[in-house]
Amino acid sequence: MNKADVVVIGGGPAGIEAAYNLARDNHKVVLVEKEKEIFGHMQTAYTLFPNFQDASEIRSSLLQKTKHGNITLYNNSEVTQVSRENDFWRVQTINGLDFIAPAVLLASGFKTFDARYKEELGYGIYKGVITSVEFEEMLKVGKIQTANGEKPRRIAFLNCVGSRDEKVGNHYCSRVCCINAVKLSIEAKKQLPEVEAYCFYMDIRMSGQFYEELYRKSQEDFDVNYIRGRISEVAPTIDNRLQVKCEDTLSQTPLKMTVDLLVLMIGIEASEGTARIGEQVGVNGEYNFSKSISLHTADNKTKHQGFFLAGTCKRPLTVPETMADARAAALEIDLYLKSLSQ
Amino acid sequence: MNYHPFVIPFTVGALFLFGVVFYKFYAWIAALDRKQKFMVKQNIFSFKTIRAIGEIFREALVHHNIYKKNPVLGYMHMSLAFGWFLLIVVGKIKASLYAGTFFEPPWLGIFFNFFAVDGHAFSYGEMLTFTMDFLLLIILSGLALAIIKRVKSSLLGMRKTTKHSRFDRIALSSLWFIFPLRLMAESTTASLHGNGGFLTNSVGHLIPSAIAPYAELPLWWAYSISLFVFFVALPYSRYMHIPTEVVLILLRNWGADTGEQLSGYTDIQLNSCSRCGICIDACQLNFAAGISDVQSVYFVRDARYKTLSDEVVNNCLMCGRCSNECPVGLELTLVRQQFRNKQEIPGKFYYEYTEPVESKAGVDVIYYAGCMTHLTPSIIISMKKIFEAAGVNYWFMDEDKGVCCGRPLRQQGFIQQSKNLVIKNSRIINSARAKLLVTSCPICYKSFREEYNLNLPVMHHTEYIEGLLADGRITLNASNVTVVYHDPCELGRGANIYEQPRNILRNFSLIESDYEKENSLCCGGSLSDAILDLRLQLKIRDHALGELTKDKPEVLVTACPLCKKSFVHGNKARVMDIAEIVAGNLKVIARKKQSVRKEELQLV
Ligand SMILES: Cc1cc2nc3c(=O)[nH]c(=O)nc-3n(C[C@H](O)[C@H](O)[C@H](O)COP(=O)(O)OP(=O)(O)OC[C@H]3O[C@@H](n4cnc5c(N)ncnc54)[C@H](O)[C@@H]3O)c2cc1C
Ligand code: SF4
Ligand code: SF4
Ligand code: SF4
Repeated sequence: MNKADVVVIGGGPAGIEAAYNLARDNHKVVLVEKEKEIFGHMQTAYTLFPNFQDASEIRSSLLQKTKHGNITLYNNSEVTQVSRENDFWRVQTINGLDFIAPAVLLASGFKTFDARYKEELGYGIYKGVITSVEFEEMLKVGKIQTANGEKPRRIAFLNCVGSRDEKVGNHYCSRVCCINAVKLSIEAKKQLPEVEAYCFYMDIRMSGQFYEELYRKSQEDFDVNYIRGRISEVAPTIDNRLQVKCEDTLSQTPLKMTVDLLVLMIGIEASEGTARIGEQVGVNGEYNFSKSISLHTADNKTKHQGFFLAGTCKRPLTVPETMADARAAALEIDLYLKSLSQ
Repeated sequence: MNYHPFVIPFTVGALFLFGVVFYKFYAWIAALDRKQKFMVKQNIFSFKTIRAIGEIFREALVHHNIYKKNPVLGYMHMSLAFGWFLLIVVGKIKASLYAGTFFEPPWLGIFFNFFAVDGHAFSYGEMLTFTMDFLLLIILSGLALAIIKRVKSSLLGMRKTTKHSRFDRIALSSLWFIFPLRLMAESTTASLHGNGGFLTNSVGHLIPSAIAPYAELPLWWAYSISLFVFFVALPYSRYMHIPTEVVLILLRNWGADTGEQLSGYTDIQLNSCSRCGICIDACQLNFAAGISDVQSVYFVRDARYKTLSDEVVNNCLMCGRCSNECPVGLELTLVRQQFRNKQEIPGKFYYEYTEPVESKAGVDVIYYAGCMTHLTPSIIISMKKIFEAAGVNYWFMDEDKGVCCGRPLRQQGFIQQSKNLVIKNSRIINSARAKLLVTSCPICYKSFREEYNLNLPVMHHTEYIEGLLADGRITLNASNVTVVYHDPCELGRGANIYEQPRNILRNFSLIESDYEKENSLCCGGSLSDAILDLRLQLKIRDHALGELTKDKPEVLVTACPLCKKSFVHGNKARVMDIAEIVAGNLKVIARKKQSVRKEELQLV
């Protein structure tokens, strides 16, 4: 059994930022990441909204932070069991690691909605239907193309896939996908100026700083079209494209459109690790996201002494929000550890 | 003189009862629709009537069906109904023998012991008295059970028992009094004159001789009055089911069916419900979603008393589980459907604007996927694969655009609108002059079978695939994947397709759930309930899913796009339509390629 001051579960933006701030405060931090690579969902990102910052810059900054002498990073180490032992927390991983520490930070993040549950959208059935994550990977390698390797003439983005959807049991808004669709459509137009881009939405939610401006810009400078209506059905056409059907709820007419790529803006759900550890420790809240003790005044603390939360294991957040939350968590943990040694 | 004024309440009550009951019967029969009347005329003098009489004996008296479902409950109903019936018959025989005429006053059999104080001075007297006491004992035991059921229904193996209306309560209370009062009256007379049987004499011994002379008359009066109250309340209470069920059984045997519009037959069904409450226990809205005030028993009661609320009419999955369990055999979903029928509404909701689909001639099979199947494209892809493998010359009628079969509208009560769609589709289908219509959706299937007048047979793809396999037109690779089969409501209880899917699934390792065939659960995704709260709908789904996947099958197979969609979101097991599992296991036989478009068959 290895001893540490803090065990941080999850090597995404939240985990790394918190670990780094704790390390700077002279705490011995163990950072455990389930995957081979750290960075969580930043791993696949191309640029970040709302300022189109290159995601690789964020990754190298995060990587630098993990190099701090007080941090020991374990990759390929999925946490399977978290339990309370006397005044300590015990954290065990799938590969046999076993840690004991007075404090634990849960930063196990989110997972994206599995679009196969919405069979009518044809994900996993028609090759032209892809997720926003897959589209971002295409952008990253500079190859936006159809399954046949052709340049798409028309791309449709569909918002709220797996969010705000009673049928799949997720009533909440995932908060990042509207602005992400704006980002992706602009990036698509930058790489393929000829392509037509359509974005199908229920409402456009542009609540962050500069979001509204970006949304206008996408229309004025990049010719992105927005259609209010949820795509209800997708079917193949004779020439191997995709026909999408929806009701344009502004003009109140049924609409059919043929597209080459349909990009599903998949929503945010609690990751499996978040759900499982939350259950074990007893901090599971709605939709399996973890629950802090007070949203307004103690959003990093839980009802258990020494068990803290940071980032999207609590709810959908953007990267800046996640990082700020991680720093706040580090501060709380620092105070807690100091209170123990007094 | 075999008369005393206390017989008046009984006699008046009985006359009133017969008057009202016959008036009601007359009104209902006059209000039968043309088809129902025709069936009555056709069959009244046929063997069917004899069969009906047998059924009346079995169901209205012995309550055989209830007995099969719940023996204790069955005994309760039988002891009261059959016991009382025999008590009247034996009483009548006894009175006739005693009076020496068949035309003795009607009350003599009822109050026999009061008048026949001279013991058993007639042939078979002793034996008949014994029989009467025995019957009374049986009835009293049934009554005891009825009281227990009221107080604590779970003791009789029922989760829920029904709530009562005012007339019910009056009738029920008087019913509770009738037999104990009869016992006390007869016993008191027996203690004075020794004319009782093993039961009444014994009870009579317990009555102090000082009290007996004063108690005798009041007890007989009370007995007569309780009969009066019961008879007067009966036509307005649940007990109207006793006479009405007889008419129902006759009409049913003569071939009357519920039909589309309200009719006298509807009233007869509504009045035949005994409010046994078995339908409450059958209903998933009750046991999976905790709603216990909309079930068929309440629907029937409210419809009968004309106090129906929209909630009760519309909050129903139309799954048919209750009709399947109803011991009286009421066609509960069809009756409910009649009450959903909406009158013509002005506006543009008549679907005249739907674009016509060009019919295609020269094909053998028309494939109609259905709106719901378009939301599960993997079923469509699988069907195309199967058609191609079997080398079928088919036309995919609603591939690009299509007209809904009309059933979802009908289930919501929009009959006229639904009919417009039926006309449009019929024209397209009939003018193709094909040999067979295949659909992937049980809802469309039922609609085509029942609402359409088509010039070709209709098959659901389960039937069709079974046929292809039996004819060797397609073959499957051996597979030991464990599967459990879910019977969709509309295909199973709705259309009696039970064996075909199971025959197909013999090619896999088929395991049984606790809810097979008629007993199958609704997936919760029913289109018939437009007002059920989503969270409750999900509760129903999760319960059903839990039951079906109890033995951890690798695949949950169903045969309805709606069931598939409901269950997929439940995230418990791999869910496949039967067409998908078949298409995924087709043994590829070299065959000249048909004109199916290759790219559509690309599965990722
Ligand atoms: C499609 C998409 C695009 C986005 N684009 C942007 C953008 O442009 N700009 C922006 O600001 N935000 C964006 N976001 C939001 C951004 O991804 C999140 O804010 C951020 O990733 C949250 O970081 P996190 O550390 O909380 O969670 P995550 O990134 O999910 O990291 C969690 C980490 O925990 C690990 N983990 C999970 N379980 C265990 C376990 N049991 N044991 C060990 N480790 C475990 C995971 O492997 C992962 O590495 C986007 C989100 C999506 C879905
Ligand atoms: S952010 Fe936009 S796309 Fe995402 S769930 Fe909310 S409304 Fe839907
Ligand atoms: S509808 Fe049928 S099952 Fe329900 S209470 Fe009436 S008789 Fe019993
Ligand atoms: S049809 Fe189904 S949902 Fe409706 S009352 Fe009967 S059992 Fe309940």
